[in-house]
Amino acid sequence: MRIPCPYCGARDAHEFAYLGDATVSRPDPAAPDAEDAFFTYAYLRDNPDGEHREYWYHANGCRQWLVVTRNTRTHEILGASLARASEVTA
Amino acid sequence: MTRLAHGGLINRARTLSFRFDGKSYTGHPGDTLASALLANGVRLMGRSFKYHRPRGVFTAGSEEPNALVELRAGARREPNTRATTIELFEGLEAQSQNRWPSLDHDLLSVNRYLSPFLGAGFYYKTFMWPAAFWEKLYEPAIRRAAGLGAAAALPDPDTYEKAFAFCDVLVIGSGPAGLAAALAAGRAGARVILAEEDFRLGGRLLTEQAAIDGAPARDFVSRAEAELASLAHVRIMPRTTVFGVYDGGEYAAVERVSDHLAVPAPFQPRQRLWRIIAKRAVLAAGAFDRPIVFPGNDRPGVMTAQALATYACRYGVGAGATAAVFTNNDAGVAAALATAGAGVKLEALIDVRPALPAPLAAKAKALGVRVITSGEVIATSGKLLTGLTVRSPAGTETLAVEALGISGGATPNLNLTCHLGGKPVYREDLAAFVPATLPPGLAVAGAVAGQFSLADCLAYGTAEGVRAAADAGFTAPTLPAPQAEETATGIQPFWQVKAKGDLAFVDLQNDVSAKDVGIAHKEGFRAVELLKRYTTLGMATDQGKTSNMAGLALMAELTGQGIAATGTTLFRPPYTPVALGVLAGHHRDKDFRPTRPTPTHDWAQRQGAVFVETGFWLRAAYFPKPGEKDWLESVNREVNATRSACGVIDVSTFGKIDLQGPDVGIFLDRVYINMFSTLAVGKARYGVMLREDGLVMDDGTTARLGEQHYVMTTTTANAGKMFQHLEFCLQVLWPDLDVQIASVSEQWAQIAVSGPRSRAVLAQVVDGADVSNAALPFMGVLQTTVMGGVEARVFRLSFSGELGYEIAVPARHGAALMEALMAAGAPFGITPYGTEALGVLRIEKGHVSGSELNGQTSARDLGLGRMASTKKDYIGRVLSQRPAFLDPDRPMFVGFKPVDRSARLKAGAHLLPPGAEATTAHDEGYMTSVAYSPTLGHSIGLGFLKRGAARIGEQVRAFDPVRGGDILVEVCSPAFVDPEGEKQRV
Repeated sequence: MRIPCPYCGARDAHEFAYLGDATVSRPDPAAPDAEDAFFTYAYLRDNPDGEHREYWYHANGCRQWLVVTRNTRTHEILGASLARASEVTA
Repeated sequence: MTRLAHGGLINRARTLSFRFDGKSYTGHPGDTLASALLANGVRLMGRSFKYHRPRGVFTAGSEEPNALVELRAGARREPNTRATTIELFEGLEAQSQNRWPSLDHDLLSVNRYLSPFLGAGFYYKTFMWPAAFWEKLYEPAIRRAAGLGAAAALPDPDTYEKAFAFCDVLVIGSGPAGLAAALAAGRAGARVILAEEDFRLGGRLLTEQAAIDGAPARDFVSRAEAELASLAHVRIMPRTTVFGVYDGGEYAAVERVSDHLAVPAPFQPRQRLWRIIAKRAVLAAGAFDRPIVFPGNDRPGVMTAQALATYACRYGVGAGATAAVFTNNDAGVAAALATAGAGVKLEALIDVRPALPAPLAAKAKALGVRVITSGEVIATSGKLLTGLTVRSPAGTETLAVEALGISGGATPNLNLTCHLGGKPVYREDLAAFVPATLPPGLAVAGAVAGQFSLADCLAYGTAEGVRAAADAGFTAPTLPAPQAEETATGIQPFWQVKAKGDLAFVDLQNDVSAKDVGIAHKEGFRAVELLKRYTTLGMATDQGKTSNMAGLALMAELTGQGIAATGTTLFRPPYTPVALGVLAGHHRDKDFRPTRPTPTHDWAQRQGAVFVETGFWLRAAYFPKPGEKDWLESVNREVNATRSACGVIDVSTFGKIDLQGPDVGIFLDRVYINMFSTLAVGKARYGVMLREDGLVMDDGTTARLGEQHYVMTTTTANAGKMFQHLEFCLQVLWPDLDVQIASVSEQWAQIAVSGPRSRAVLAQVVDGADVSNAALPFMGVLQTTVMGGVEARVFRLSFSGELGYEIAVPARHGAALMEALMAAGAPFGITPYGTEALGVLRIEKGHVSGSELNGQTSARDLGLGRMASTKKDYIGRVLSQRPAFLDPDRPMFVGFKPVDRSARLKAGAHLLPPGAEATTAHDEGYMTSVAYSPTLGHSIGLGFLKRGAARIGEQVRAFDPVRGGDILVEVCSPAFVDPEGEKQRV
């Protein structure tokens, strides 16, 4: 599998470390329902069929965290962007 | 001898000698082991898997089910090697398999008389009872009786490599379609890789009798190869099998670099694993000739018609002194005519069809070949084939032949098209499955796509080569495709001869007969995947390349649902067996993973250190001295020296992360449970980090070197992981924070000096800096120089509980610093210690380490709950407040002493109330770390005990059923030595 790193170009998947779902974002710790929100954030993940946005870290490369769009059914990689620049939507 | 008088792509001028089952033979360069054995009249090459029936070579390629041998001897012995793909080399040694005492007289061939009892499902039905007998009696006995060759028991002396290759167009297979595709793409300027599993390019063209561009087909191969070789951007890879298709245009291939040599050339690997990244690929893998099922179709001498022709035309070998061909299709007829044309005496061409196409009939007549139409072979005779019984409208007759070529039609070799989930479809007009959905970027051309005629192969190969190059951005010049004579491709589907007699085999490798397919049907194992698993049809090294089609056709006939609806089993990588050695590459033995020596490694070696692997690092475990009788004596001496005078250890393996920027303080406050923004410049602080779920992730000391400059240490094991975590926090969670981080683990050597005399030693190596308690108090940091101008950071930290310092210098000065400390410390009794003593010192002091930070413990469990700040948010804070984490019954960190002080504690022991039954319900915790404390003179331990802190002074039972430990222990404070922490502050 090849991942198109915005800095390094298309690179072998072995250079990357996988983290998981990039559509979740860290809840507001001061919110009244923080405990429930953090529980969901820490443990609950969907298992989508099809396009999925997920975090990959280019560990043996530019060390950037990426948001990679991958089709979970075909493994097709549809794109990758820098996580720091991504508009992550829940 | 059955070598033909002339012909074949072999070098008759040179003779190679080789041995098979201890007997000497000769062959020629260009031979395979199979062709050379046939040329020597050796037709018996193996025994079948289950019935131990004599078997000969069945094919001339990698689809071979029968002729599996043990190649080479000693450490290089390789079982299940196909004689049909082994290139002959001088001195080759091979042994037959699955026979005893010899191939000719195999005692277990008695199994063939048991065949009525050994049919499909035999194992499942027979060895059911008693169940206990399976593991000890039945399975070992079955494995001995069945099985194929034996692997070498010695380490593999050869080396293997892994490599990447990149291209615009990968062409797999170099028959007519593959060569045409490679030429078209190469001429367009695309970077082309042409991979061919054989050692010679050409595929079917090496046997083909039809002309291309008015010249023999072989001339076309030579011309094409020469042109491709002349193109700098085209790479020809013979002896290279593409065995898997993966995501993103990635193809796995194994290149047999040295398998055609007795031993690899110096500095050359035996095989190389390629990962080929191709923008486009053209699969031109051809087709297999498939057998017809009839009684006795497994006698040595029976082979596919294409194999018979290949041995005759390519290798100049008659597979027997006399031969016949039995077919249902035009390609089978062409193979028969090619065989006769090459000089093999063909007794008859038996075709199930009522008539041959006129041009083929004319050619047969011209060659003087007798044709029996509407004919069927109903029986064979001889241990090695001596004769056939043929049934035709004219009656039944016997023919004396030593070889029989059978062809039931072409089965496209579409294995690779299915690796990403593609399912082939059945075409009634071709009586064959052809690829349907293809992996992205892969096209098919030639026989693999059901384009069987030579002209079609060339035309479609050219078209797909042009298209692949165009898709990759290259415009092909309009050159005409090579032109060939039309070759006939007619077929009348025919799977099985209906006749009584000997077993009629469907799968030769697994001894699956037509009867077994019938049993599977009768017993309900009708779906193809069930048929495979119940009968073993299509399993083992050949994966049913020649047999699957007939098997599912027979099942389709029994169920009446047709072949299309019956479908095929799933094709998975690898296409042919791949040695585990080449998948491992150079990652074996000490190269399995990198070894990281510390900066003082060579120095420690000179001191006679015994080393231990910790993660990737190799660290000194202890430094034995002459006269010490065991490791414990050395470790006790090292601990005592450190507590009484001064000890020294390399601690460079800790992860070190440099953090700079205006927001570092805020950032550290968010990742640590305690405060760091308030830390004064020139001070260090111990910190604990949680995971977001509230459990402890890592700990370490972080120092503030400047207003906007901190340096963090992590545990050795988590160095990489923590860096990745901090990057995630900065890039994903809080991209607004202005912080830059860099790993400096490799850049700084760090040496810890501990013990009451350590200040005096330190004073000798610093360049005049004041290291008094007032100037450099506990947890203080000094940036200075040592050894006459070497930049250094001195941290006053203590893991041992003694007065101690960690001195960091640029890594290249680490060894010199160690030497300097040893010289300066000699008058003070300085003693180097290793990781064992380090462990004892920290257990005596009650400091937590990896065994306690085990991913199941909270800061509160570790007795570090009070460190957590309530003035800020940090990772893990919210979930660490969940009720279960605050449960007073949670196991808490405490120390243990054996009640009988001479007893030894064991890590991993579980803690039970005295007198309670040893059940999970009574489990109150567990022991994590133990050591013999030379300071206290007995065994001590750390661990987690329910309501631990409140139970100091109580006795509990430490139960270790695995290693037979069951003793009473006394609960105590985890700090066995200097619980007030006075010694480190002096």
